[in-house]
Amino acid sequence: MSRTTISLSVLVGSTLVLGACAGGGGSDPLDPNADLSAQNLVVSNWAGYYPEDLPTAFEEAVGSSTTITNHATNEEIMAKLTAGGDSGIDVAFVSGQFAQALADQDLIYELDKSLIPNLANLAPEADNLAYDPGNKFSVPYAWGTTGICYRSDLMAGNEPTSWMDLLRPDDMYKGKVTALATERWLMLPAQKALGYSANTQDEGEMNEVKDLLLEAKGNLLAYDDTTFYSRLVSGEAVMVVAWDGWCNYGTIENPDIKFVVPSEGSDLWVDTMVVLKSSKNKEAAHAFINFILEPTNHAWVAENILYKVPNQAAMDAVLPGLVGDFPNMGFTAEQLLGYEGLVDLGDAAALYTRLATEITSG
Amino acid sequence: MGYVIAFMVLPITLIATYSFFQRGRSGGIVYSLTLDNFARAFDSLYVGILGTSVALSSTVTLLALLIGFPTALAITKLHPQHQNIALVLVILPFWTNFLIRTYAWIVLLSSEGLLNQGLLGLGIISDPLALLYTPGAVVMGLLYAYLPLMVLPIYAALSRIDPSLREAAIDLGASRFTALRQVVFPLAIPGTLVGCIFVFVPSVGNFIVPELLGGGKTVMVGNLIRDQFLKARDWPFGSVLAMAMVLMLVLLFALQARITKRVLGQA
Repeated sequence: MSRTTISLSVLVGSTLVLGACAGGGGSDPLDPNADLSAQNLVVSNWAGYYPEDLPTAFEEAVGSSTTITNHATNEEIMAKLTAGGDSGIDVAFVSGQFAQALADQDLIYELDKSLIPNLANLAPEADNLAYDPGNKFSVPYAWGTTGICYRSDLMAGNEPTSWMDLLRPDDMYKGKVTALATERWLMLPAQKALGYSANTQDEGEMNEVKDLLLEAKGNLLAYDDTTFYSRLVSGEAVMVVAWDGWCNYGTIENPDIKFVVPSEGSDLWVDTMVVLKSSKNKEAAHAFINFILEPTNHAWVAENILYKVPNQAAMDAVLPGLVGDFPNMGFTAEQLLGYEGLVDLGDAAALYTRLATEITSG
Repeated sequence: MGYVIAFMVLPITLIATYSFFQRGRSGGIVYSLTLDNFARAFDSLYVGILGTSVALSSTVTLLALLIGFPTALAITKLHPQHQNIALVLVILPFWTNFLIRTYAWIVLLSSEGLLNQGLLGLGIISDPLALLYTPGAVVMGLLYAYLPLMVLPIYAALSRIDPSLREAAIDLGASRFTALRQVVFPLAIPGTLVGCIFVFVPSVGNFIVPELLGGGKTVMVGNLIRDQFLKARDWPFGSVLAMAMVLMLVLLFALQARITKRVLGQA
């Protein structure tokens, strides 16, 4: 019993210290002439989402020694950043709605745009994203949408055009369909099929979404976030819910693998870069974001990951070579903005998790 | 002792503490006391998932026992040198990463996998069997993963039994089967119970196998706890579920200790 009390007071104590830091932190003005070679940068990004030589390239260009650590999911990096104390991370790559949650918790730094002149390279549409209008706290790195990735040869004459084609598949396709398991995208096909917002917090609407997804579950091969495109290649599945960029990985191996955004619409997801408030290397962190926004550096993502980047100069440079094989690379910024931007759900996150549990265990 | 405090007492105390507070909006803990988290654990949704987990893990444990006991018994009958080789073979799979071994099952069982393609090629079946992404595949994967943990303690228990006890029973007129049933079995019960716990406990908590071999369509309590911490960002409720697992574990060990004491007391 006494041990409980001790660890409790340690816990409470550490939050008080944290609170004090946050209170006193404010936004110290950054020094544009700071000696960047004296700053050691730690960046956390998804594995394989950046060129391997990025740390050395940045160090050569700017002088800050740089380490890049990897996270597998948004959830993993959020757990690190919200666990309390200084995570040791200066720049984190997170999806937009998570950047919003970090900003709400006062964990990320309001960017000093004078230190990121390359923001001018971003498409004008990229300044108007639902989770962070005006890009006050975050800078978009890559963006895209979600749709149906399918085998046009195995579905000739029945190509999907609606989310319902996937949720209530024809008999011949039953058991040959996969869906995404990550909550927001688990819900998305049914939300859009029923005409609801991808950010809805209405319990009645979400219950309808749940019922439709429970019905759809009976015809699913599996929930799959990572290998759905290889299932299309093997023919184990004929249509899957997929992020646009990942569908391209299937298209590389089999040109009959095509991507369609269903007629009911879809989401706009954005992966962003944020600077942590706890960072002691904020000038270098801004320089890093600026470095990424160089068209030649940013184009790497489009060319190698086959994700679209919100950088007009970068896209112009690589698009002609890609759009023939991967039509979804040609989606314009304007087209993407026509889809619904995902925002943080706040307290409704608990509702989504509960319904997701009911669906997957049902 | 310091080891126990650092790796057992502190983490469990931390989890126990979390379970009495409220969730932060984006994860973490808000320090205002509540018992709601415990009330929620009795929601039929979560009780149902716990039930599924216990049922699947019990099946796994029973199958592991049915396969593991004869295996261990057979190993004790081998020449001592061969026994060592057999034991190395039993633990050999542990030398390969667990995830890779689980993916290998996908390659074997999927509709485009080796087994189905082989059966189709031989003309034994005309349509691929749905082997993967079923509760059965989850049981299969868990059984494969934890079977060695059943074999080893039973082997240890059996090899400790004085061979002269069994010989005496046979000399006194017992058949080989009666000697096995009335002499060897009872003496092996403590080791067998340890084996059952070694298989049951990690099976209940496993979340990789339900995800990979169950296709995410079977949810076990391990998945539920992981999701509370990482997806729902609801640490207090995740802590309550984790505490429930710890409690179940303690009860199992208490039961095992009691039965062992009774069995050894009789002997």
